Amino acid sequence: MMRRSASKKTGQPNSTNPITYSPSDLFRTASSKASSKEMERIDNLFYAYANRSSGMIDPEGIETLCSDMEVDHTDVRILMLAWKMRAEKQGYFILEEWRRGLKALRADTVSKLRKALPELEKEIRRPSNFVDFYSYSFRYCLTEEKQKSIDIESICQLLDLVLGSQFRAQVDYFIDYLKIQSDYKVINMDQWMGFFRFCNEISFPDLNNYNPDLAWPLVLDNFVEWMQAKQS
Amino acid sequence: MERKTIDLDQGWDYMQKGITKLKRILEGLPEPPFSSEEYMMLYTTIYNMCTQKPPHDYSQQLYDKYREAFEEYITSTVLPSLRERHDEFMLRELVKRWANHKIMVRWLSRFFHYLDRYFIARRSLPALNEVGLTCFRDLVYNDVHVKVRDAVITLIDKEREGEQIDRALLKNVLDIFVEIGMGLMDRYEEDFEAHMLQDTGAYYSRKASNWILEDSCPDYMLKSEECLKKERDRVSHYLHSSSETKLSEKVQHELLVMHANQLLDKEHSGCRALLRDDKVEDLSRMYRLYCKIPRGLDPVANIFKQHITAEGTALVQQAEDAASNQASNAAGVQEQVLIRKIIELHDKYMTYVTDCFQNHTLFHKALKEAFEVFCNKTVAGSSSAELLATFCDNILKKGGSEKLSDEAIEETLEKVVKLLAYISDKDLFAEFYRKKLARRLLFDRSANDDHERSILTKLKQQCGGQFTSKMEGMVTDLTLARENQASFEDYLRSNSAAAHPGIDLTVTVLTTGFWPSYKSFDLNLPAEMVKCVEVFKGFYETKTKHRKLTWIYSLGTCHINGKFEQKTIELIVSTYQAAVLLLFNASDRLSYSEIMAQLNLTHDDLVRLLHSLSCAKYKILSKEPNTKTISQSDYFEFNSKFTDKLRRIKIPLPPVDERKKVVEDVDKDRRYAIDAAIVRIMKSRKVLGHQQLVSECVEQLSRMFKPDIKAIKKRMEDLITRDYLERDKDNANMFRYLA
Repeated sequence: MMRRSASKKTGQPNSTNPITYSPSDLFRTASSKASSKEMERIDNLFYAYANRSSGMIDPEGIETLCSDMEVDHTDVRILMLAWKMRAEKQGYFILEEWRRGLKALRADTVSKLRKALPELEKEIRRPSNFVDFYSYSFRYCLTEEKQKSIDIESICQLLDLVLGSQFRAQVDYFIDYLKIQSDYKVINMDQWMGFFRFCNEISFPDLNNYNPDLAWPLVLDNFVEWMQAKQS
Repeated sequence: MERKTIDLDQGWDYMQKGITKLKRILEGLPEPPFSSEEYMMLYTTIYNMCTQKPPHDYSQQLYDKYREAFEEYITSTVLPSLRERHDEFMLRELVKRWANHKIMVRWLSRFFHYLDRYFIARRSLPALNEVGLTCFRDLVYNDVHVKVRDAVITLIDKEREGEQIDRALLKNVLDIFVEIGMGLMDRYEEDFEAHMLQDTGAYYSRKASNWILEDSCPDYMLKSEECLKKERDRVSHYLHSSSETKLSEKVQHELLVMHANQLLDKEHSGCRALLRDDKVEDLSRMYRLYCKIPRGLDPVANIFKQHITAEGTALVQQAEDAASNQASNAAGVQEQVLIRKIIELHDKYMTYVTDCFQNHTLFHKALKEAFEVFCNKTVAGSSSAELLATFCDNILKKGGSEKLSDEAIEETLEKVVKLLAYISDKDLFAEFYRKKLARRLLFDRSANDDHERSILTKLKQQCGGQFTSKMEGMVTDLTLARENQASFEDYLRSNSAAAHPGIDLTVTVLTTGFWPSYKSFDLNLPAEMVKCVEVFKGFYETKTKHRKLTWIYSLGTCHINGKFEQKTIELIVSTYQAAVLLLFNASDRLSYSEIMAQLNLTHDDLVRLLHSLSCAKYKILSKEPNTKTISQSDYFEFNSKFTDKLRRIKIPLPPVDERKKVVEDVDKDRRYAIDAAIVRIMKSRKVLGHQQLVSECVEQLSRMFKPDIKAIKKRMEDLITRDYLERDKDNANMFRYLA
């Protein structure tokens, strides 16, 4: 971090001191000017989509943004964007979150934002980030206060969105299972994370290395039983 | 006086005479025994020759000559005599020569004794005794022992085949093997025993191969027992005692271990067949034979367990078939018969365990495991827990087992409680038992108070105080209720007529926690009864202000006078039935819906009630239309034409099937129990692996029931959602307690 090293002449309080800039000072000043310009543009972009009265971007605003970016608002990349912003409430972006996300993406226009999406996707697909993204996507869907689980219908959509491209077969079968079973009406975070672990660790579709005596969530034990019954 | 020096040759000449005399005696030639002077002289000669001053101290030479004397005798006389004889004759000769040799050693060592005193110690040489024995060993024994051993073994095998042999001779021969070891058993063990054991092994191996094919299992066992006895006999008569264990093991190995499977599994006479045919003696023999063999009893215990399991399972199947064949399983008769038969089965095989199998833990375990298999099967929809509870109810209720004596009843109760140990759903039994106990207590159907208390004591002993605490509370409540009723009656007497209910009222107050839960409906009581409730409430409030009374009308009984045309008959009905009947005091004819509206009951309950009053044995109400079932469009009238030869009749209300509710209640309790166990375990361990948590949970709960692993997992998930536990971040199979 660069330290301000303002040249100060001691002693005479009222004398006019010639301000000497070093080359790094010049760069710094220019970049801070640029960055404050960037922030200005980011903020302006925010207000272009924000709702006048609430002061935040609401679902309508997001839809507009999406159509401007030529991305469907149900596209996973929007979820990824939300993650980058660390947005807390589904369907809404506040200024702080907007700033955070766009600054990190170095986007201050819609077109730059759109162009940043592929890179963002790559970033998220990296194993170290994906787990975080995966658990974020669950929390993002908890819309009510003190809500801890998500209904089956929504979970199925979320699974498809988040894991569909990576684990097509597992997701398809699991969604089928969730729809026909009646033990669970909702899925909680532990089960959500358990499924991800399942996709990563268990060979599919033979399920040979699955051991129900271990601490897999019960819904997965039942899913495996159902799969094995189908396969025999 | 100066002693005269004795010259070596001179001295030895003299000694030689003595030795020759000795030899003659040993050979049995006519020769007078040594006199004490002769002995003294010989001894002194040696003494002098050893104490003379050098160069005339001849200790070393005399020592050598001592040994040479033996060597000469053995070589010239003893060995030839042995070599020219064979077999038994050789053995006899050997025994004779050995005996002689020992005498020779004894005598010569006395003559030469002075050497023992100083010379051998000074030079660290073997003592005279040892020298003598060593000569025999080196010259005779080493030469003949192989022949001797073979001769002995041949005789042993002859004896095994039934011939008479000279046991004393063998004993003497084998004593040589022992003595020649000079303190160690190695000669006996290496030169004789090892070969004898090998021969024994081969012998019995041949025998066993034949017998196992030809003989039945009992016969084979008899022969084996006989052989073992004979071999032990052999040891006590002529083999050295140290051979006993090794010999028995060898014989056991060949006869019993090598052919164990073939023997036990013999189709028509093996272990299974013996159990089937109750061959107690043969089975006792089998136990005796195999109990000494390490792990020998395992297959026997296994067959025992399988046999009992098969018999028990067959009984259960029989009951199942019989129950489904009969059109209406007369009050579960088949199931009650089953319990009795299971008790008999238990008695029978417990006797086997204690008598045939000498109370061995392996067989106790086999019995237990067998019973645990079939005692947990369901019959005609009823769990074994329910069947057992019904069985108890039948014994304890009036009209149940009045024909049995008190001792017989006590004994049966004792056995029933023992069976409970095999049932895994003990909590289910407790709940069924409690429900039936409640009915017995509340409707005064208990036959004998002592028996009721006795079985509770037995259950407490077996399952712990927690198991019976509620039941004991129930019994106590009844006793208190009686006292309470007396106080109530005093209260009525001492109060004004206005505070009187107008009808005889008995109230039993139950402590909620002890009794099964009952649904209480807001029944619209007939006016007469309303007053009763008020009066009692008034009385109860004088006793305590801190309790709330909830009236359970479904458990009440009423005595009502029905004024029929022919005669008045006293009807004993439930409170609900009474409520229905009393409606007809005000109206002649009522529809189903009207009755429904007036009483505020559920359809199920009302149908049951009306059925009992109009379609069953006693038609107190006449129904229009006169069909066998109740429908919501029916009309009812008081049947004034009704009569019966009795003056007082009981109109029973068939009990509701409690099974479903019991199972539901128990399932609910189990969920709480599992939760509590998990929390308890995690609280003390803080961090625990999944499998360990599950197994500790199962163990903690096993005294009351066998929890389903899936159920435990489900409760764990619930506890995670409720923030009691969390999964470890790094190890998905580990859980942490969240304070």
